[in-house]
Amino acid sequence: MWRFLARTIVQRLLLLVVISIVSHTVIHLAPGEPSEVDSMNPMMKAEDIARIRKSFHLDDPIYLQYLHWMKDLCTGELKSFRDGLPVVPKIWERFLNSLPLFLCTTAIVWTASFPIGIQAALKRGSRYDRSTTFIAYTLISIPGFFLSYVLILWVVRIFHLPVIGLHTFGTESATGALRLMDHIWHLVIPSLMAALTGIAVLSRYVRAQMLEVLEQDYVRTARAKGLDEVHVVYGHALRNALLPFVTMFGLLLPGLISGSVIFEQIFAWPGLGLLGYEAILARDFPVILTLNFMAAALTLLGILLSDILYALVDPRIRLE
Amino acid sequence: MSMPTDPTDASAALTPVRADAEALGIAETPAQQLWRTFRKDRLAMLGLYVLFVLFVVALVGDVLTSWWVVFDPTTVRLPDKLLPPLSPASAALAKDLLPPFHSYPFGTDELGRNVFARMLQGTFVSLSVGVVAVSISLGIGVTVGGLAGFYGQRKLGPFSVDSWLMRFTDVVLCFPTFFLILTVVALLPPSIYNIMIVIGITSWMSTARFVRAEFLALREQDFVTAAKALGLPEWRIIFRHMIPNAMAPVLVSATINVAHAILTESALSFLGFGVRPPYATWGNILADGRSYIFDAPWLFLIPGSAILLVVLAFNLVGEGLRDALNPKLRKRAS
Repeated sequence: MWRFLARTIVQRLLLLVVISIVSHTVIHLAPGEPSEVDSMNPMMKAEDIARIRKSFHLDDPIYLQYLHWMKDLCTGELKSFRDGLPVVPKIWERFLNSLPLFLCTTAIVWTASFPIGIQAALKRGSRYDRSTTFIAYTLISIPGFFLSYVLILWVVRIFHLPVIGLHTFGTESATGALRLMDHIWHLVIPSLMAALTGIAVLSRYVRAQMLEVLEQDYVRTARAKGLDEVHVVYGHALRNALLPFVTMFGLLLPGLISGSVIFEQIFAWPGLGLLGYEAILARDFPVILTLNFMAAALTLLGILLSDILYALVDPRIRLE
Repeated sequence: MSMPTDPTDASAALTPVRADAEALGIAETPAQQLWRTFRKDRLAMLGLYVLFVLFVVALVGDVLTSWWVVFDPTTVRLPDKLLPPLSPASAALAKDLLPPFHSYPFGTDELGRNVFARMLQGTFVSLSVGVVAVSISLGIGVTVGGLAGFYGQRKLGPFSVDSWLMRFTDVVLCFPTFFLILTVVALLPPSIYNIMIVIGITSWMSTARFVRAEFLALREQDFVTAAKALGLPEWRIIFRHMIPNAMAPVLVSATINVAHAILTESALSFLGFGVRPPYATWGNILADGRSYIFDAPWLFLIPGSAILLVVLAFNLVGEGLRDALNPKLRKRAS
């Protein structure tokens, strides 16, 4: 077990280095440079551009730029091209904004999908099953922003829910509890909207898993020995059907960064996705690269976590 | 077995085989079996019909919008801005600017352009974004997966071909896909081909894994050994014997990937990195329409519903194919 862990961690770290090199190269070789963003500005003279390029190390060969980036990232001195602020605290601040949205969305997805999926599997072929199937496909197929915009109109008019930003404007001086409630109130719609697609996908998956497990011999045995249906379904079938979902917990992690661009843009939620979007528009290479790097690191961490979780939950699996 | 979804295509391609099959007492070929199971899935059949109609609309639309002047989606008719669907053209228009049948079936946008003509042009562009992107990803995925599956044992430097290619696939899998697409599309000069290519090269990984797994299983099968014993060249074994047999799971994921590519294109348009004017795609009609959501909701609802319809159709066909290819379910259906 420990040897397996040590070996995979070393492998994953190597992989991470390769990924950082590849993403650095891709972004630097693509056309469009930070110094060209404001090319229409008459105040930008050639010597200014030269000075900017020099201070950002943009004239160095690409491997030196990579080393500069890595060194600055490790010492925490990496500065944004755009405003000269340190990148790591900037990302941390946005991360704290993204985290509640991510946690809320995940909680909604996981609590809603299981009852829906299990019911659909138990009543296979019924009207309920067919309608949830169709609704799930519709939700998977609808562009998230389209649905959000249509529902925003309706939600704002009927429920007076806020749909913009983290806090109500002008409540900065309110007491802690009030601000917290305001914050939660602002979370409702963005997290619900971001959760809809997730519910559709996950409930389909729960249904498929349950159908598979319900046909197993041990479920028939449990029924044959006279257990009531609740015991059979939740005690025997569901527990076995849950196994693959344990691994999905780990794979959720990268969604923190890349899964939220669209929804943060719609609801003006200043999180990581929006930070990345702004950085891309401004050709802010250090921020883009660091976000990419973190996303890759989270993906690798997630895979590792899901491997370990799987081994912990399923005694048949041994990590070798 | 090859997996044509079109019934005429299937029977035409398999006619020479059928005589043998009957002689051997086999009732139907795999393709016929697939079609029979697929046909029972009402939702999937509905999706197939919708896709068929849309492909026809896309072709007709492309011809109409590029050859018929009054159907030109870029014609600006300022007196007729933001008219609701089905409204007639105003009398103030010059004669050669009048839309067909003097009316706008889907209304007009903020420049008085005919939304119906734009949607027609967009049908072709949106579908081709999906299809071309998926063709690119299929090409890369089948190549990588096939090489890793067939030549996997060969050594290349310190590692085998298989570990090189699969570790490379792992690297690409670790990129945050949408973020990467966004970055590259934002940096590249805006063009529809760049979007197709970028979506294509960021979505081939699952195909590669499927193909590799199938190849590893197929290599041990008797018919491949027989083909080798006959002295067939390797390319013939790969292309004639192995790839057609490995296509089943790939076909399913390709169908669903087309849906994904269309959604990605619309999301890119929404963020402002999509296909630039004068091309109209459903994604950028939708993205432009959101500014007028209160005054002219049809500019938003029509392209949004169109995207929903086509993506839903692709998803339903994909799921129908998956079920039809699943031997457990097939037995139950027959």
